[in-house]
Amino acid sequence: MTIANPVPKGKKQTENPFSTLLRLVFVAIFDLGAGWFIYQAVQLGSFQLAGVVGVVFLLVNIVLLLPQAYAYRWMVTGLSFLVLFTIYPMLFTIYIAFTNYGDGHLLTQQQALAVIEKETYLPKTGKSYKWTAFKAPDNTYALWLSDAEGNTYIAKVGTALLPAKPGAPGIGQADSSGIPASIEGFTRLNPILAATDKNLPQIKFGEEGQTIQIRSPSEAAELKPRYIYDAAANTLTDQENGEVYNDVDGTYTSRTSGKQIVPGYRAVVGLRNFVNFVQSPALRGPLLQILVWNFVFPTISVLSTFSLGLAIALLFNDKDFPLKKVFRTLLLIPYTIPSVITVLIWRGMMNPDLGIINHLTKTWLGFSPPWFSEPTWAQAGVLLVNLWLGYPYFMLITSGALQSIPADLYEAAKIDGANSWQSFRNITLPLLLVAVGPLLIASYVYNFNNFGLIYLFINGGPPIVGATTQAGHTDILISYVYNLAFASGGRGVQYGLASAISIMVFFIVGTITLVQFRFTNMWEEVSKNV
Amino acid sequence: MSNLAATYQNLRSSQSFMKRVSLVLKLIVAVILVVFSVFPVLWIFSAALDPTSQLGSQSLIPPQAGFQNFQKLFNDPLLPFWNWVWNSIKVSGITTILSISITTMAAFAFSRLRFAGRITMLKAILLIQVFPNLLALGAIYLMIEQPGHIIPWLGLETHAGLILVYLGGSMGMNIWLMKGFLDTIPRAIDEAAMLDGATNWQIFTQLLLPLLRPILVVVGILAFIGTYGDFVLARILLSKAENYTLMVGLALFTNNQFAQNWGQFSAGALIGALPVMAIYLALQDQIAGGLTVGAVKE
Repeated sequence: MTIANPVPKGKKQTENPFSTLLRLVFVAIFDLGAGWFIYQAVQLGSFQLAGVVGVVFLLVNIVLLLPQAYAYRWMVTGLSFLVLFTIYPMLFTIYIAFTNYGDGHLLTQQQALAVIEKETYLPKTGKSYKWTAFKAPDNTYALWLSDAEGNTYIAKVGTALLPAKPGAPGIGQADSSGIPASIEGFTRLNPILAATDKNLPQIKFGEEGQTIQIRSPSEAAELKPRYIYDAAANTLTDQENGEVYNDVDGTYTSRTSGKQIVPGYRAVVGLRNFVNFVQSPALRGPLLQILVWNFVFPTISVLSTFSLGLAIALLFNDKDFPLKKVFRTLLLIPYTIPSVITVLIWRGMMNPDLGIINHLTKTWLGFSPPWFSEPTWAQAGVLLVNLWLGYPYFMLITSGALQSIPADLYEAAKIDGANSWQSFRNITLPLLLVAVGPLLIASYVYNFNNFGLIYLFINGGPPIVGATTQAGHTDILISYVYNLAFASGGRGVQYGLASAISIMVFFIVGTITLVQFRFTNMWEEVSKNV
Repeated sequence: MSNLAATYQNLRSSQSFMKRVSLVLKLIVAVILVVFSVFPVLWIFSAALDPTSQLGSQSLIPPQAGFQNFQKLFNDPLLPFWNWVWNSIKVSGITTILSISITTMAAFAFSRLRFAGRITMLKAILLIQVFPNLLALGAIYLMIEQPGHIIPWLGLETHAGLILVYLGGSMGMNIWLMKGFLDTIPRAIDEAAMLDGATNWQIFTQLLLPLLRPILVVVGILAFIGTYGDFVLARILLSKAENYTLMVGLALFTNNQFAQNWGQFSAGALIGALPVMAIYLALQDQIAGGLTVGAVKE
């Protein structure tokens, strides 16, 4: 009687001692390696990296040491990679969406302050001098300065100004302009070399706190740090006019004049990036246009590829069709070549001046379509290429699905006097849609983010006139984001904004996917299988 | 009676005539479609063999056809073509083997073991993969750049780093696919083995893996070709010409800077595309099967 249900539900298995030992040795080696890595990351100041690896460290230890987590041992490698390269980048992107990370705000607060504190100004009481540069063989510099009263000095780095006269010990004789040819091992640079020397303007001569710097080809002056940082109040004070700059979202801004100090730093700005979509017309205009196209493009793509694929499948559903296999193989070709290659081929063939397609249309129709400069033609071109790329997939899918529709349904329809259109409309299409519906949605999602095609074929062009960011008529959100974040085209990278749009894309695509789950009853199926 | 037979005969012959007309029409449509589908491939053959490297003014058979483009392609020290081919094969091969191992083992757990969080995990895996990798490129870049300071062979410009990023995406749709296949293998098989004292590991490696082999081959080929065709991640993480994968290298030829190099691009594209094309066409039935299982209920 007890044999009736022989397999115990819990499936308890005793591990043999050898595999236990193997497991423990592996954990020990892993812990050593990961621990060392985390230590190194902390030393380098990469705290986020250390944190993520720390999470993986815990995950691996829990899964491999706790018997309750046995099932997860089968997927611990995959989970670790998932955490490192998918989940963490996702969370990081979400965080960045709430910051002003981007051009003008690329630095941390410390780094930005260090840059700002290097700025100097000429105080009203500060003296200015005429200068002549000297250089020693070891590439150190010295200046010969003369002030308005005719006093002359030697200035070196790190020591106070030294009053000096030509002809004094160690100093050469003055030439016609009253300047010595050499001083204490330094030789005089000719004025052109001195004016073009890139190092000179950076050097602070003289003592700390009373430094002299070159301001122009004729003038060197005693400069002071312009901004003094007050750590307690987190403000910067302009020493020249006493203006106080407060920290406003990572940019030091004056309350009185509204002036801002560049650079700012990377700070959390809350929902500003999202609010900007709605409020800034320069941003909203192109974004809205891109969003509309982002829905139009996959819709037409899916409809056209599905229709053509289905049409071909129906064409070949005829048993008597000659050379069926050969035709099918030839029609499958677009699907078999990596799309990076074929998209580039199409780009070459559609080149308005030299491409073979335009060559043919010019010869036959007397017209050369401006695929890359006219918005409508550009969109048509992208859709045409995507039709070529996409129809074989649906040809494969639908011809499989057509086979599975029971033939007696058609027989019955024929007896009832249905013509072939009616039986297609009322039998084939509904049954087919049930079968391939999820794949249509998957294809929609894929094309919604079809970066490769848009980027390689046309890079989003032609540009939308008047956009403040790089935006084009064939840009979809994801290619727009890519340009915002990586290829600024001289208009500045904006990681914060790019991440905010990424989140938008995620919500749109996530919603579509959830709808797909509903559609396919995937959830229910998962639960049923328990 | 005979009248009726004659009418019937008439009807049949007119039917077969109609059928022949429609077949001819269908053939014409099929030929037009084939021209549409094959044209770019013919074009690339002709561009590869045309030594003038010009985009237009081509006849399908170039007047001075020759292999100059191939020679130039193989002997350019600045654009090491065979390096790219080898890099692509290496990266895609290693990625495929590792990611198939990862997904098959995870799918085994999801199909055969019962544990807390199983359904939540399955759902989460699908939803997470919806977040396009591309959108998080900045963070992915940092995840490779920073470790490079600690372990140099894992950083930017390394294929190991690129493979790691590819593996980050391996816990995805493929797990559902594999779980679907595993679910079709009757559990009675492993329950019997379990009675004989087999461990899960033995059941997995000795019973299920051999049964899965045909489908593993198909999924493996699809995964290989998918990685082989990737452009974006490789483009971001690799910037030295000798480290490029084939797709990144080929795209370089068509940049403005290399506008005159369509001939070399075409030659390289042919070499890059033909093996993949051959595999696909040879295995088209299996691949079609692999695509539809799980999604299309037959």
